Amino acid sequence: MAMSYDRAITVFSPDGHLFQVEYAQEAVKKGSTAVGVRGKNVVVLGVEKKTVAKLQDDRTVRKICALDDNVFMAFAGLTADARIVVNRARVECQSHRLTVEDPVTVEYITRFISSIKQRYTQSSGRRPFGISSLIVGFDFDGTPHLYQTDPSGTYHAWKANAIGRSAKTVREFLEKNYKEEHMESDTDTIKLAIRALLEVVQSGGKNIELAIMKRDESMKILVQEEIEEYVTAIEKEKEEAEKQKKKT
Amino acid sequence: MALSSVLQSESADFSFNNDRSFSFGCRFGQTNLGFGAAPGDRLNFAIKASLGPDDKDGPERKIEFLHGTTTLAFKCWINFSVAERNHQRTASKATNFSSQEQLALLNQPAIPFVIIPQFQHGVIVAVDSRATAGAYIASQTVKKVIEINPYLLGTMAGGAADCSFWERLLARQCRVYELRNKERISVAAASKLLANMVYQYKGMGLSMGTMVCGWDKRGPGLYYVDSEGNRVCGDLFAVGSGSMYAYGVVDSGLRQDLSVEEACELGRRAIYQATYRDAYSGGQVNLYHVHSEGWTRVSQEDVLKLHHQYQEPKK
Repeated sequence: MAMSYDRAITVFSPDGHLFQVEYAQEAVKKGSTAVGVRGKNVVVLGVEKKTVAKLQDDRTVRKICALDDNVFMAFAGLTADARIVVNRARVECQSHRLTVEDPVTVEYITRFISSIKQRYTQSSGRRPFGISSLIVGFDFDGTPHLYQTDPSGTYHAWKANAIGRSAKTVREFLEKNYKEEHMESDTDTIKLAIRALLEVVQSGGKNIELAIMKRDESMKILVQEEIEEYVTAIEKEKEEAEKQKKKT
Repeated sequence: MALSSVLQSESADFSFNNDRSFSFGCRFGQTNLGFGAAPGDRLNFAIKASLGPDDKDGPERKIEFLHGTTTLAFKCWINFSVAERNHQRTASKATNFSSQEQLALLNQPAIPFVIIPQFQHGVIVAVDSRATAGAYIASQTVKKVIEINPYLLGTMAGGAADCSFWERLLARQCRVYELRNKERISVAAASKLLANMVYQYKGMGLSMGTMVCGWDKRGPGLYYVDSEGNRVCGDLFAVGSGSMYAYGVVDSGLRQDLSVEEACELGRRAIYQATYRDAYSGGQVNLYHVHSEGWTRVSQEDVLKLHHQYQEPKK
């Protein structure tokens, strides 16, 4: 049965599957949710923060990492694997700056990360990385980008996406509520990301970590108070919408 | 090759199989060429005179070819044009504008008026075409500008084989970059690739002094790269034995508001003056202009013809 084909990563199964890669994707589905939205002038990444034990210092559990001044990423899956990928990507960003005298484009660094991941699906003795990542940023010419990579080494560009636990629910929410016009406004973009996360996160703003980047600025991780502001604004909007519905 | 046999009989000194590649100049003490060179390929020939304790320039002495070249490249500012957005009037060159005209336009409040400065920089590249081996003129028709791709040029000074080989390798890298990243490589990156490639062979006897010129999204680019590992960005470079003469002419004639023709003429004149005084430069003046659409070959003129052209009015 399938048992004999998931020993070695480099072996295909008769029906064309690489089982190790698929199991890696399962590992991703167990990770905490991450959501990314690409606005016109701002890009947003939000992750679900697991409740931290009382004695734990929560600053060490950062799931959103800056790769360079103009690119940052979030991931879902095995944190340890992600650390390796992030490290390599950071070095590559600087190498690129050294040889080409230009900051990386988001597409370039995504391609680099994907080829690392792909290499691990094709060499013996190694297992694939158990992470999917959302990579966002601005290119040198100012265009915003959002890319998603997965353990198999493929990458796609998205306007908004979610990975990790309940990614499907969040993606459906995004598909329903993503509106091009709203992306012009920074606050609306950020609100969309928060609303999407609130769908699946247990207890509201406390468990959300959010990072935004505006064009020509560096990444900014929002503090708890700022997130709470957005959350209260969102809840108010929700109440108003319900009141409207009740009236009609 | 005919050259080597001629040299053999005169002042050159050979120590190995010399029937393979030859450089345009004389070199001595050349060691292993790096990858791909079979032992039989080693070419060592030197002018007897330099066997003496003539070490004043140190490594520079090896690059004999630099004594037989003048290559020149400079960025030029082409005049800016003034355009009125909502009017049919076409843009006119600043040189045709008197200050009064400009003021008049500004004082017409009814017409919304926008000045769109269009600084179309370019890079003018001018080279001679003489190759020498000591006092022997090996060729008068050498192509010292290498066309890396339709918007990048490289000049050649030093060993011809080194220059053309590495620049062709650079062309390959540039093309791969273009395919991978779906956009043209910048001049900075191209020159950096070349510099990094030759730096690995530093001290192994490569001889190359080249200027990488091109146009990218940052505008015109001009970099000087050599086999010692130097890589410098600049607005004006002249390389070779005749470079001092060329610098003199260009420095005195360079202005902010040159037109394309004037800049080309300046480059041509500079090379001509260099060939006039420097024995190791001559042949023809090859002129290229790099602009936003790529490079164009402006002219190729024989130095003797230029000589008559410039000396005629003096009579």
